[in-house]
Amino acid sequence: MDENSSARLKRRLLGIVYRIGLFLAMLTICLPGLWIVLSSLRPTVEIMAKPPVWIPQEISFDAYVAMFSGIGKGGIPVIEYFRNSLIVSVTSTVIAVAIGMAGGYAFARYRFGGKSSVFLGLMLTRTVPGIALSLPLFFLYVRLGIIDTHFGLILAYVALNVPFTIWLIDGFFRQVPKDLAEAAQIDGCTRWQAFWQVEFPLAGPGIASAAIFAFLTCWNEFALASQLTRSVSAKTLPVGLLDYTAEFTIDWRGMCALAVVMIIPALTLTYIVQKHLVGGLTSGAVKG
Amino acid sequence: MATVSLRKLTKRYGNIGIVHGIDLDIADREFIALVGPSGCGKSTTLRMIAGLEEISAGSIEIGGRVVNDLPPRSRNISMVFQSYALYPHMTVRENLGFSLKIAGAAKEDMERRVAEASAILGLDTMLDRRPSQLSGGQRQRVAMGRAIVRDPDVFLFDEPLSNLDAKLRTQMRTEIKKLHAKVRSTVIYVTHDQVEAMTLADRIVIMRDGHIEQVGTPDEVFRRPATRFVAGFIGSPPMNLHEATIDDGQMVFASGDKLPLPGQFKANVATGHKVVFGLRPDDIYPTGHGISSGGAADVHQIELPITVTEPLGNETLVFVEFNGEDWVSRMLNPRPLRPGEQVAMSLDMSQAHLFATETGKTLRS
Repeated sequence: MDENSSARLKRRLLGIVYRIGLFLAMLTICLPGLWIVLSSLRPTVEIMAKPPVWIPQEISFDAYVAMFSGIGKGGIPVIEYFRNSLIVSVTSTVIAVAIGMAGGYAFARYRFGGKSSVFLGLMLTRTVPGIALSLPLFFLYVRLGIIDTHFGLILAYVALNVPFTIWLIDGFFRQVPKDLAEAAQIDGCTRWQAFWQVEFPLAGPGIASAAIFAFLTCWNEFALASQLTRSVSAKTLPVGLLDYTAEFTIDWRGMCALAVVMIIPALTLTYIVQKHLVGGLTSGAVKG
Repeated sequence: MATVSLRKLTKRYGNIGIVHGIDLDIADREFIALVGPSGCGKSTTLRMIAGLEEISAGSIEIGGRVVNDLPPRSRNISMVFQSYALYPHMTVRENLGFSLKIAGAAKEDMERRVAEASAILGLDTMLDRRPSQLSGGQRQRVAMGRAIVRDPDVFLFDEPLSNLDAKLRTQMRTEIKKLHAKVRSTVIYVTHDQVEAMTLADRIVIMRDGHIEQVGTPDEVFRRPATRFVAGFIGSPPMNLHEATIDDGQMVFASGDKLPLPGQFKANVATGHKVVFGLRPDDIYPTGHGISSGGAADVHQIELPITVTEPLGNETLVFVEFNGEDWVSRMLNPRPLRPGEQVAMSLDMSQAHLFATETGKTLRS
């Protein structure tokens, strides 16, 4: 066999090995999600079976029907939870992105005293696990009378997301050459116009990815929300999952069904903006 | 169109001075080149005129109006950046028309002016492309077009050609010159390339360490450099500059080699003076292979050994050793020469320059 054909064979074999490896990796990543969807569609007996039943014997949408059937008929206030989740996530994302844009722009463009210490301080807040703050936050909120309110949760989520959005958006603004805003000013723009006309559109993908990340963080957050909310009027979807736990039993099927309901909007949103997200992530990754 | 005046213009960052109170008057429709090495303050000066950099002291007048604290948009200037600074998310058409859009111009007016500018610069066929789809030279043209469309009082160019390759740079240089002939506006052009400055400008401002060394026409700064720095900066290859001490009508170099003191400086120096002797490569050549502008009496003949030759086709740069150092000379109608060979050289002393070692200023009266 000559060198060329053996090199070709080697390349093909390697290609096959890569694909198998990739398949296994994807399987590992996707299996829990798939399992949740399957579990929401089959009876509890099958879910709890040992050894596990891989192929469902019967499929029913009972859990979904029950979920929306109202209190007392196995239902939970899913519409209210969904509404709470949406209000809290969207509002805190908008605020976090607005602050992130202002902060990120300032860090990217201006020199000021203590700049690096402030930046480091912001990043350090990311090292504190949110759950560690939940008890102090609980007492504080009780005293302030904002426990179990949208406002309280929004406040906590904004604080949680701002360092991250600042960091991400800072990276994107750094990539927009300073010359462009200057050229725009020479072309007749005010500082403000130069920002909105030139710098903002160019950093747009980055700002979109920051928004998605902030939104997903809020949408999926459980630890803080479970401490800071308790009534139907404030509980978010992740906290709502707990409604399926009773004193002695856990309705795994119902819980999985609610989890699916929760995942769908997040998945849809991510799918819609994934082009920006990937572009944004890779181009923002190399920060000067 | 307008005049530009700088009065004691100063820029400091904290305690570090960048521009130290420079004065400059630029006439209406004049093409001025600010030239100097990196860090000499030329770009900072330009940015202060543009309003992109605050001034620390002094004043700037454009068209007789003090603009010290006006934002860039109120100065009626346009600027071509080194990086071109084209808006990547807009087409060429939108880039050209952006300033008009911001100014709220009527659509027909905008279209007409964009069409005019693109016709001048040959951009008609690429109006719907994005900057990323253009070559370096085309981007450069769009940047200039964007400046023209504004119909400004003053054009500012910040090293506009330094991102282009050598061939394109020469081409664009010619285009800028043609453009200036067409639009006849005041131009302030920053470059570190003295050839660009010489070829384009009506007057050249040579800057160094935040000071102006000399202002003059290309001919003046080339033929009568005011300082040793200007002498060394302008001209390619650079002027031969060597230190010597005056001793009884002669210049004695460090190695003990001597040359006669050029006649035009005799009255201005005395024995014991430390000077820097300067002679352009054009004024030192193998005998019979140069242009002598002085009379025979001014030409000093000397035999020197050749170290290296650099043939350029129609001429050869010949490096000869004198005073233990290489002196570059320009040989017209070249004949083959070998390193090590002793050659009869002519030094046209009527074209020589002499600077005071201490101050660096010319000793020409």
